Amino acid sequence: MSIFLLLPVLVPFLTAVVTMLFWHERLIQRRVNVVGGIAFFVAALGLLALVWRDGIQATQIGNWPAPFGITLVADLFSAIMVVMAGLMGLVVAVYSLGSIDERREAFGYYPLLHTLLMGVSGAFLTGDMFNLYVWFEVMLIASFVLMALGGQRDQLEGALKYVTINLLSSALFLTSVGILYSVTGTLNMADLAHQISSGAVDSGLATVLAMMFLVAFGIKAGLFPLFFWLPASYHTPPIAITALFSGLLTKVGVYALVRVFTLIFVQDVDYTHTLLMVIAGLTMVTGVLGAVAQTEVRRLLSFHIISQIGYLLMGLGLFTELALTGVIVFMVHVIIAKSALFLVSGIVRQVAGSYDLKQLGGLYRTNAGLAALFFLPALALAGLPPFSGFWAKLTLVRAGLETEEYAIVAVSLVVSVLTLFSMTKIWAEAFWKDRPGQDEAFQPLLSPQRIALLGPVIVLAALTVILGLGAEPLIDLGTEAAAQLLNPSEYIQAVLGDVA
Amino acid sequence: MDSVVLRTATRYLLPLLLLFSVFALLRGHNEPGGGFVGGLVAATAFALYAVGYGVAAARQLLQTSPRRLIGIGLLVAASSGLIGMAWGDPFLTARWDTREIPVVGKLGTPLLFDIGVYLVVIGVALTIIFALIEAEEEA
Repeated sequence: MSIFLLLPVLVPFLTAVVTMLFWHERLIQRRVNVVGGIAFFVAALGLLALVWRDGIQATQIGNWPAPFGITLVADLFSAIMVVMAGLMGLVVAVYSLGSIDERREAFGYYPLLHTLLMGVSGAFLTGDMFNLYVWFEVMLIASFVLMALGGQRDQLEGALKYVTINLLSSALFLTSVGILYSVTGTLNMADLAHQISSGAVDSGLATVLAMMFLVAFGIKAGLFPLFFWLPASYHTPPIAITALFSGLLTKVGVYALVRVFTLIFVQDVDYTHTLLMVIAGLTMVTGVLGAVAQTEVRRLLSFHIISQIGYLLMGLGLFTELALTGVIVFMVHVIIAKSALFLVSGIVRQVAGSYDLKQLGGLYRTNAGLAALFFLPALALAGLPPFSGFWAKLTLVRAGLETEEYAIVAVSLVVSVLTLFSMTKIWAEAFWKDRPGQDEAFQPLLSPQRIALLGPVIVLAALTVILGLGAEPLIDLGTEAAAQLLNPSEYIQAVLGDVA
Repeated sequence: MDSVVLRTATRYLLPLLLLFSVFALLRGHNEPGGGFVGGLVAATAFALYAVGYGVAAARQLLQTSPRRLIGIGLLVAASSGLIGMAWGDPFLTARWDTREIPVVGKLGTPLLFDIGVYLVVIGVALTIIFALIEAEEEA
C-alpha cells in the first residue's frame, strides 16, 4: 500500500498548488488551507496505523530497485514524526486564519506554509541521504520566504542570519554526502547501514563522516555551540510561523541526527554517543541560562527550544531502548507544549498589545481562561506531573540512572528547575503582577478570530494533559519505535530485502 | 524599448522559437533537450515579445498568468506519477505505449512529466522576467 507512504507528501503538495492557483482569491485559499491541513493530518494518522499494524513500510519510487533509486520508508519513528507534522500543520493552518494579515495572505502565505509541510514530511519519510538533502532545501527555501514575508526591517535581519547559517549547514551536508558516496558508493540509508556495519568502511573514516553530519545537522537542530542563529531570528516572523518553526524545523534536525546515529553511524558508540551526551548537557544548560536573561516572551521561548533540544540529544547519547523511548515521548511532548506556548503568547500580544514582559501584566484578572491555557503547557514544559513532560523526563532520567550516567541526569534535573523558573517568570510578569500603565484597556478577541486563535491552543493544551494522564499508549508506542531503531536489520530488510 | 527592428524581428522569431521549444521538449527523453530547456526557449520567445511590445501585450499573448502555468505544470507532473499507480506500481513508475508515432516518438508518462516541467519553467521564468521588465517600465 505505497499510497499511504506518499500521501503525507502529496497532500501538502496539492494543497500548495491549489492555493497557488487561487492566488487572488483569499477566501478560497483560506478554505483550501484548512481542508488541506485536515487531509494531511488524517493521511499521517493512516500511515501511523498502517505501520503499527504491518511493520515498516517501504516503496521504491519509479520502481527503480534499492539501492539505486530513491526509497521512501516509514518505520514507527518516522510515522510518529509525520503525525506530529500533521498535527502542527493543522493547528497552524487554523491559527493562521486569525493571525496572518491580508498583505501576507496576498503574497502567497498559504502555498508556502504547505510547501514547508511537504518538505518536512518528505524529510521524515525518505530513505536516501541525497533525497534528505533535497527535502532540507525545500524546507529551507519555504521557511526563508515565510520568515522574510512582510518585509519588516527586523524580519529581514533575522532572515538574513537564518539563511546564511542554514546555507552553510547545507553546504556542509552536501559535502559530507559527497564524501560518503565516494567512500561507500551508495546513498541509500539502509545500504549504508549494511555496509558500515559489515565493516566495508574503515571505522575511523566512518567516525570522521559521522562528525561532519553531526555539525551539519547540529546547526539545523540548534545544538551547542551552533545554535546562535536561532534566538537571533525566531522572534521576527509572525507568531504562527515561529510556532511552526519551533515545532518542526529544529525537530527535523534532531530526527536526522537520531536516524543517522541509530541506523548508520553505530560503529564506535563509545566515542560518538559520549560526545553527543556532552553536547546535550551543554545545550541544555546554555539554552536555559540564555532564557533566564530574556524579557521578550518570544526570545525567551526561543532559548527554551534550544535547551529542550538538549534533552532529545541526551536520550540519543544514552543509546538504550529506554532512552530512545524517552526521546520519542519527549519529542511528541515538546512539539505540542512548545508550540502551545508560542501560540498563547501570540494571543497575549493580540489582547495586551506586547510581547515584552515589562509592559505586560494583570492578564490573570481579566483573562483567566487565557492564563490557564498558558499555565498547562508551561508546567508540562517544566516537567511537572501530571502533564506530558513529566513522563518524558522521567523516562529519560530513568534511562540515565540505569546506565549510571549520573552527571547528565543531574544536569537535566537542574535545567528542569531553571525551566520552571523561566515559566514562573512569564506567569508572574504577564499574568500575575499589576499592569504597568493602566490607561489602555485590553483588546477583546472578536468572535471569528476567537475560534481560529483559541481553538488550536485549547487542543494543544488539552493534549499536554491527556498525554500526561493517559501516558501509557504513547509510551508503548515509543517503546516499540525505539526497539525498531535499535534493531536496524528490520529497517534494512524492509528496504533492501534479504541482503545478509 | 522602442525599436522597429526588434519588433519586426520578434514577429518572425516568436513562432520559430515556440516551434523549436516544442521540438526540444519532444526529443528530450533520449537525446539532449527536454522539458526544462524547452521551457526556457519558450520563455525567451515571450520575453522577447515583452521587450519589444511591452509586458501588457505579452501577457495578453500568453492568455493566462505565468503563475497559473506553474500550478498547472505541477499538477501535470504529479499526475504523471500517479498514472503508474493505477497498475499497482510505485509512484512515478513509467508507463509506455508501444506504438511509435511519427515526430513524437513513443507516448508515455515521462513525456507527461516533461510537459509539466515545460509549463513550470515557462511560468517561473516569465513571472520573474515580467516583474523585472514591469519594474523598469514604471521607473
